[in-house]
Amino acid sequence: MAFESFAEFIAMGKHGFYVWLAFATTATALIGLVVFARRRNRLVWRELAEEDYE
Amino acid sequence: MSWIKRLWHRLGSPRWFYEMMQPWQTGFGFAALVLLLIGTVWGLAFAPADYQQGNSFRIIYAHVPMVVLAQSAYMMLGAAGLVLLVWRMKLADVAMVAIVPVGATVTALGLFSGAVWGRPTWGTWWEWTDARLVSTLVLLFLYLGVYALREAIPRAESAGRACALLAVVGLVNIPIIKYSVEWWTTLHQGATFTVTKMAMPLEMAAPLIVNVLGAYCLFGYLVILNMRTEILRRERDTQWVGALREAQHGI
Repeated sequence: MAFESFAEFIAMGKHGFYVWLAFATTATALIGLVVFARRRNRLVWRELAEEDYE
Repeated sequence: MSWIKRLWHRLGSPRWFYEMMQPWQTGFGFAALVLLLIGTVWGLAFAPADYQQGNSFRIIYAHVPMVVLAQSAYMMLGAAGLVLLVWRMKLADVAMVAIVPVGATVTALGLFSGAVWGRPTWGTWWEWTDARLVSTLVLLFLYLGVYALREAIPRAESAGRACALLAVVGLVNIPIIKYSVEWWTTLHQGATFTVTKMAMPLEMAAPLIVNVLGAYCLFGYLVILNMRTEILRRERDTQWVGALREAQHGI
């Protein structure tokens, strides 16, 4: 561990705001990409299924 | 050489790609999850702090994987464009559709984390005179341009060729991004990695390497998934998709 305590880990020296902002945004957007890609795949499958019953 | 010819021929078949890439998609997905978790926890909690920048340097573990990927993804986009223009391969067009949203997102993330890192390090979020920053912004606009062009042209085939042309022309920006830190005076620091040397001790570099690999795996997962979705959509009236649909729904 590079930190003495959990509080120090959260504080990141005096740069906690910047470090956590960068990581939170990156993680959120990447998870969003995965969610959207999977949702779009499900949507196409659903359209295919509906065509069947016409 | 005949196996190359055979592979090339098969790549022309969306069905072959759809079926063969299923296990790769799963594999890349798992690898991305594991690598990114390890690299991020390692980089945030275990790597030593930088003697000059303190803990703000840890943003490198989010920033560098995104910008490296942004450029690699663009090179693949340009390559797919070239293949589409020269050989009119359908799958190349599918690849372009799959790469653009991922490339645009990771470029935006690279710019964002760069700005957030720049604030405590250089005292500014953004600097218009910095060639590395501006050429990366141009990269984002290229991705958005290719996306908008496809939306703007109604005929799918013309849209594909126009996008391919823009993507190929935009390739000139890639060496500009790469050498911007050498050709001009920039705030941005020089390359952390080159083929021959590492500007970082191993204990700092290792989590970065893990996260870069993880980012590539995530890219592989997303592009394969997007391509398979697009293939399914485009081939929905073919017999093989019909058979797939029946298998899925047990009709």
